Amino acid sequence: MPAPIRLRELIRTIRTARTQAEEREMIQKECAAIRSSFREEDNTYRCRNVAKLLYMHMLGYPAHFGQLECLKLIASQKFTDKRIGYLGAMLLLDERQDVHLLMTNCIKNDLNHSTQYVQGLALCTLGCMGSSEMCRDLAGEVEKLLKTSNSYLRKKAALCAVHVIRKVPELMEMFLPATKNLLNEKNHGVLHTSVVLLTEMCERSPDMLAHFRKVRQLSSSQLVPQLVRILKNLIMSGYSPEHDVSGISDPFLQVRILRLLRILGRNDDDSSEAMNDILAQVATNTETSKNVGNAILYETVLTIMDIKSESGLRVLAINILGRFLLNNDKNIRYVALTSLLKTVQTDHNAVQRHRSTIVDCLKDLDVSIKRRAMELSFALVNGNNVRGMMKELLYFLDSCEPEFKADCASGIFLAAEKYAPSKRWHIDTIMRVLTTAGSYVRDDAVPNLIQLITNSVEMHAYTVQRLYKAILGDYSQQPLVQVASWCIGEYGDLLVSGQCEEEEPIQVTEDEVLDILESILISNMSASVTRGYALTAIMKLSTRFTCTVNRIKKVVSIYGSSIDVELQQRAVEYNALFKKYDHMRPALLERMPVMEKVTTNGPAEIVQTNGETETAVLETKPPPSGLQPANQANDLLDLLGGSDITPVIPTAPTSKPASAGGELLDLLGDLNLTGSPVPAPAPQIAQPPFLLDGLTSPPLFNDIAAGIPSITAYNKNGLKIDFTFERSNTNPSVTVITIQASNSTELDMTDFVFQAAVPKTFQLQLLSPSSSVIPAFNSGTITQVIKVLNPQKQQLRMRIKLTYNHKGSAMQDLAEVNNFPPQSWQ
Amino acid sequence: GKPRLSKFYQRYSEDTQQQIIRETFHLVSKRDENVCNFLEGGLLIGGSDNKLIYRHYATLYFVFCVDSSESELGILDLIQVFVETLDKCFENVCELDLIFHVDKVHNILAEMVMGGMVLETNMNEIVTQIDAQNKLEKSE
Repeated sequence: MPAPIRLRELIRTIRTARTQAEEREMIQKECAAIRSSFREEDNTYRCRNVAKLLYMHMLGYPAHFGQLECLKLIASQKFTDKRIGYLGAMLLLDERQDVHLLMTNCIKNDLNHSTQYVQGLALCTLGCMGSSEMCRDLAGEVEKLLKTSNSYLRKKAALCAVHVIRKVPELMEMFLPATKNLLNEKNHGVLHTSVVLLTEMCERSPDMLAHFRKVRQLSSSQLVPQLVRILKNLIMSGYSPEHDVSGISDPFLQVRILRLLRILGRNDDDSSEAMNDILAQVATNTETSKNVGNAILYETVLTIMDIKSESGLRVLAINILGRFLLNNDKNIRYVALTSLLKTVQTDHNAVQRHRSTIVDCLKDLDVSIKRRAMELSFALVNGNNVRGMMKELLYFLDSCEPEFKADCASGIFLAAEKYAPSKRWHIDTIMRVLTTAGSYVRDDAVPNLIQLITNSVEMHAYTVQRLYKAILGDYSQQPLVQVASWCIGEYGDLLVSGQCEEEEPIQVTEDEVLDILESILISNMSASVTRGYALTAIMKLSTRFTCTVNRIKKVVSIYGSSIDVELQQRAVEYNALFKKYDHMRPALLERMPVMEKVTTNGPAEIVQTNGETETAVLETKPPPSGLQPANQANDLLDLLGGSDITPVIPTAPTSKPASAGGELLDLLGDLNLTGSPVPAPAPQIAQPPFLLDGLTSPPLFNDIAAGIPSITAYNKNGLKIDFTFERSNTNPSVTVITIQASNSTELDMTDFVFQAAVPKTFQLQLLSPSSSVIPAFNSGTITQVIKVLNPQKQQLRMRIKLTYNHKGSAMQDLAEVNNFPPQSWQ
Repeated sequence: GKPRLSKFYQRYSEDTQQQIIRETFHLVSKRDENVCNFLEGGLLIGGSDNKLIYRHYATLYFVFCVDSSESELGILDLIQVFVETLDKCFENVCELDLIFHVDKVHNILAEMVMGGMVLETNMNEIVTQIDAQNKLEKSE
């Protein structure tokens, strides 16, 4: 058989292939040749064949038949063979194949080989792909090599040890004695890898960390001063050609040491103090003209921010970041923005000083920079700068890419809600957002906005006028149209009477208003939800408009036969309202009361389960039993009106919102401090007393089950709901009810949703349930927590609505709970 | 978008590897000249914790995928050192050199990065070791 071709030839041949098919053919031919060569057990050409195989593997062709050959190469005595063999092992083998275990013995022998390069190869391979079994077997050898005086081997052994620790954490102890002398080396390579090893150990195990922090015995000095000394030497020493990169000696080592210092100094006062000087020195002495210097400065800044440094140092760090922002190099700016984002919560004022630069970054062309700048801008908005910042952010919203618009819009809403200097400004801002980025606004923003508008009573006329003008031209942006229809429905009378004070009132007739609402109903662009809004709005206008009631009746009856089930249901009910219940109509369609905001905080992602559509249905569907004249209907409206806001605050922060400011407000996120990368969240948030009582101090609820008996609130069709009560010690008007829902039938109940409404003098907050499935045969329960604020100590009453799927059909039930024990509300 | 060298320090199946290579090229080739050299990794490459840091030299992109424990600016320097080392080993390296001597490039890389961590950054040291090993090979 002719000698197999060399790798170079193969590559040359493959490059001449003009199509993918040609290439594949060549490769297959060569593979066949290689396979037969392997079968012949030809030692001389094996390494050549394997090299070719690896090349083909890189191009994406299967090469697993070469695995055993790699092993044979490793076992050979020739260095060339071993080299290719180990390379092949690293590329082709992994833990999933059993073949790799065969390597263990070879590696063991090679670790003790006389030639250092062979030992090096073995260490390299073990460090790259050693499985946990291999690591366990060979850890002893690695540890021995860690103590050798050969620096070439020592540095490889250190990194190999890191890999071993990662695979088999229990073996960490074994390497501890060897680390004592590691830092005494002069060789930078060894120093570098040793620092990596120490870093890995400290990160993995808090015990190790404590060990390294405290004073070590006898002559060996403390770790932190040692590191500081090395760092100082690096900076102070003159030009050293071997480690020099653009004029700075061994920046890689400097960066590594800084990182290790960061871990050592975190949350530890003594260590941090020892580092303060050197950090200041590095920060001021490093040259910033090249990327290298900036890399070191960046690392220094991160370290300063993470450890317990003194405030002067922190200000220095933030100023360095500010300087970075002005740098021409995009990478530096990106990196600066990222770090500022991390520090903005702890050092808010210092970052504020750089606000204008950050805002400029919004106009950058680079997408990554823009995103960072946007997040940072939201974090920086406060009461003083809100007008200016909003202007910039609105401008940004206009011109940014679509992927940003949703996040930006939510962020703007949130910031506006928190810091609006005046109601009018707030509404103007909202209008601006709706008109520029209308289709990107998140769905849950709509109910929030509606609530906001209801609350600003004096602005109703102005608001409805502006909204009307906005949709006159263009009614394709769904959230805008939804809000507008709702407002027109509510305040249509103000619109036609031209009462607006803030602006020039426009002349609108009732017919024109109905025209626009009808066109929304007909338009293809309107979503089903929007149509629902429009229809309800038309209906409400029947009590507010005087001359066009017949037209409204006609419109409503048309939709009684609409294909859309939701619309049809509404239209039919409204029709019924016109015919049989006409006496109730004015009362039912009364102006919405000012919604009491139960919560004024939380990210814009709070999902309001009782959104607009829900409200509409509850409003117009009279409960079946005993409905009397108008005053009781008022009562009903109150009962349900007060319950409109039962926000479900997710108990765990889901996907992190784009606005970092949202993190401040997400109270429950504050409680989730485990593993949070940001150091201690700022405690100085404006807090509504009600919620924080419950959330931040659980031990307040001392007398748990002690005095208050629990009740069965509902028990029908196999579904049983129990209420258990807790009262707060500090705030006697708060009652916490925990509901437990259980299912005694033989089939599960799925999609279970619990809703509650309380009379107007109460406030209600519903937290999210443990799940939405109640397993059968009482084998599990759903728990959900309700918080009730009862400042007037009135008797607690509650109306509950349950929806779930059972035995393949959807079930729904309304019930009233009246048997609350007196201790729960007195 | 042909790979000239690829090294994975974490286990992925061959298909995944090829997909990662394709996706990386797709992301990196879209970048303008004057944007920053950092990219969030695509979904395949471990999600948001991992970043792609790349540098563009003539016709080649050198892309390193790192997690958050590496300094981004430091990696940029590492790429520079890598390229300079290649230059020293191959005498004015060009893409053809890398194509035809893939195994040698692997060896050089192995001297710099081991197990996903930076091993040695001193150019001269690396070159010395590589030369010694090559001599060893030749003598056999």
